[in-house]
Amino acid sequence: MTELKNNAQSNAAPPAETEKPAKVWLREVVEKVYQDAWDAKERGEPVGWSASKFPAEIAETLGLRVCYPENQAAAIAAKHGGQRMCEYAEALGYDNDICGYARISLAYAAGAGGDERPMPQPDFVLCCNNICNCMTKWYENLARMHDIPLIMIDIPYNNTDEVNEENITYIKAQFDDAIKQLEEISGRKFDEDKFAEVCANANRTAQAWLKACSYCQYKPSPLSGFDLFNHMADVVTARCRKESAEAFEALAEEYERNVAEGKSTWRYDENHRIMFEGIPCWPELQKLFKPLKEKGINTTAVVYAPAFGFVYNNMEEMIRAYCKAPNSVCLETGVEWREGICRENKVDGVLVHYNRSCKPWSGYMPEMERRFRKNLGVGVVGFDGDQADPRNFSEAQYNTRVQGLFEIMEAQKKGE
Amino acid sequence: MSNKIENLLNRFAEAAEQPKRQLDAHIAAGKKVIGCYPYYAPEELVHATGMVPMGLWGKPGSPNKAKEYFASFYCSLVQMNLEMALSGELDQLSGVIHSTLCDTLRPGSQNFRIAIEQIPMIFLAHPQNRKPDYGKEYTRVIYTKILNQLEDIAGRKASPEDLAKAIRVFNRSRKARREFVKLAGQHPELVTAVQRSQVLKSTFFMEKSEHTAWLEELNQLLAAAPAVDWPGVKIVTSGIIADSPELLGIFDDLKIAIVADDIAHESRAIRIDAAEDKDPMEALAEQFAEQDQDPLLYDPAINSRPPHIVEMVRQSGAQGVVVLMMTFCDPEEMEYPSLMKGLKEANIPLLKIGYDHQIKDFGQARTSLEAFADVLSMRA
Ligand code: SF4
Ligand code: SF4
Repeated sequence: MTELKNNAQSNAAPPAETEKPAKVWLREVVEKVYQDAWDAKERGEPVGWSASKFPAEIAETLGLRVCYPENQAAAIAAKHGGQRMCEYAEALGYDNDICGYARISLAYAAGAGGDERPMPQPDFVLCCNNICNCMTKWYENLARMHDIPLIMIDIPYNNTDEVNEENITYIKAQFDDAIKQLEEISGRKFDEDKFAEVCANANRTAQAWLKACSYCQYKPSPLSGFDLFNHMADVVTARCRKESAEAFEALAEEYERNVAEGKSTWRYDENHRIMFEGIPCWPELQKLFKPLKEKGINTTAVVYAPAFGFVYNNMEEMIRAYCKAPNSVCLETGVEWREGICRENKVDGVLVHYNRSCKPWSGYMPEMERRFRKNLGVGVVGFDGDQADPRNFSEAQYNTRVQGLFEIMEAQKKGE
Repeated sequence: MSNKIENLLNRFAEAAEQPKRQLDAHIAAGKKVIGCYPYYAPEELVHATGMVPMGLWGKPGSPNKAKEYFASFYCSLVQMNLEMALSGELDQLSGVIHSTLCDTLRPGSQNFRIAIEQIPMIFLAHPQNRKPDYGKEYTRVIYTKILNQLEDIAGRKASPEDLAKAIRVFNRSRKARREFVKLAGQHPELVTAVQRSQVLKSTFFMEKSEHTAWLEELNQLLAAAPAVDWPGVKIVTSGIIADSPELLGIFDDLKIAIVADDIAHESRAIRIDAAEDKDPMEALAEQFAEQDQDPLLYDPAINSRPPHIVEMVRQSGAQGVVVLMMTFCDPEEMEYPSLMKGLKEANIPLLKIGYDHQIKDFGQARTSLEAFADVLSMRA
């Protein structure tokens, strides 16, 4: 197996652009991913659509340009196009029960438009079902609509902390198959040195991302945890690029400076610190934010942080890393991740999003709620929502639940 | 003759409608029983260890205790299975094989494992890339692990001959069921939609050899029955499950005959046999590799299901398709538009009816079915 060069802690001089606020830089990196895809399309090169946790290292090594429907769907939803796109998909026969990201993406693929976040239509699709099975049928539908190849990496769901040997063997064989298929699509040979470089970038991005996330542990936090949701775009779309590693390193430096200077991107009181469980309701960010800032509740833990910050040193470890996606791990591992970040980031409450779109995620939540209460002794409250379809969110219910959580946290504080 | 048929059908009905009595009988006979979640649990392995597999496909009713584990937007199949387990109704089981082929079954497996301590859960995560050699090998390995767990529960090993015999028993059951589906389609005047469902459903609760013996007898009688003209319409059903006597009674009232099906609980589960002339574990892995045209499974051919159903309609002489869409079942929902398109292109009428274990009032379904039957008879 290839040993990968891990030059995560690069000694290179800091890039000149460090003067630019990191968030601007991070946004530009994502823009470039989309622009590169458009440019490739223009040159007549095949452009792919990829599941967020498909091993991006493979396409990147082969120089294939790839876009990410989940990221696109989140962007469209955040810009209030979610309902329009979902309804378009429903008119095609897709039930409104289906994940909102899938509905938005299928609508876009079917020609619904989507000016909020346009991207070229796909010439091939990369499916990995580690985060959910919905992916499998979603990508089949895409491949069907456009009559294009689908490269499928199946990561069986795990019932234990450990990933079994037979899973590694099975997945490794699929990686090899995927490489062969993508060599054909790209017309290039898979270059091991290039692969090592790409993996090193991915590792460096992951480490920088984890480092940036780790600043939530300071009290008060030098950042608003909701920022991390926005920066997820880079982890999803550009984790194999050196620029995103550099931009995240710059972000971590900014947070470091904030700590030193007593500043924060959270501009409100920090009376309480919570974990926000799940994907936010993108169409309703302002509404989500409102009672939190009014009550001085900062989000200092988000599940995405550990879920996307995977670091590995060789192919087998990389495979293991892709087995540890948010919805592919057993309940105990899921709880351990969350309780880890709750403890590290000193939260006194958990706000659980029962995300109507995401069955695999929400399906553990009642039990997790009980465990958080018992193991962490913190207040836990849930609300109903949706990451992309605004019709599944009620502001009134959300506000009441946040109020409830606030009261629990206040009472616990007084009792301390 | 029709008396004999009626007698047999009544026996199936009893077995289908009283799973608890079946379970008690297995236990009384000194057998251990293993519950099997859908889909594609290798029940042959259970049989090979001398135990009885019983299908767990939910039951009519609404979740109460299961609400502590699932929000409301999960299918009633998984919710009602958990409900039964939480209510102690499954306590006589010595184990449960829990599959994970959809996004409800995945967290479902975790909820079952932690909530139901008294019943060992045997975890099953099938491969989706099941056709290449590495996929078959993966299936073989995980099936072998499952076999080992079953052997521990049974307290005995399954010999290669036990496995080979189990395969023969199940192949014979599948063959009889396939035959029955065909014959019932040819003789809706003798087998109602309700009875057809009971015959197929009872397989999940009975000892296979006993069920097959009854069924082979029934098939013989049906095969000997004279052909008669059916005054109603003929359709194919599609979906996860369609076993509500209330709903199927409406089919019977309206003379809508089910002449073939693409129902997971019925024909999808019996399409493929396991080879009898191979290493049994390899044969079972290959059998799973060959399963296709199922929304639960990755389709490397990308669009093989709609043509398959069109073909089923043509071969069975059906005039239309009724989809019984399980509420909150995203795999089925994701594949619905393609099916709709495929049937439209083939000029085959389609009706979609919402279905789940909680629905008690099928008034709306009746209205839709009436209108659909009218459309079909006018086209005929
Ligand atoms: S939100 Fe959930 S169901 Fe939708 S694509 Fe993501 S993981 Fe899958
Ligand atoms: S496939 Fe559908 S009906 Fe079956 S368990 Fe999954 S969601 Fe429920």
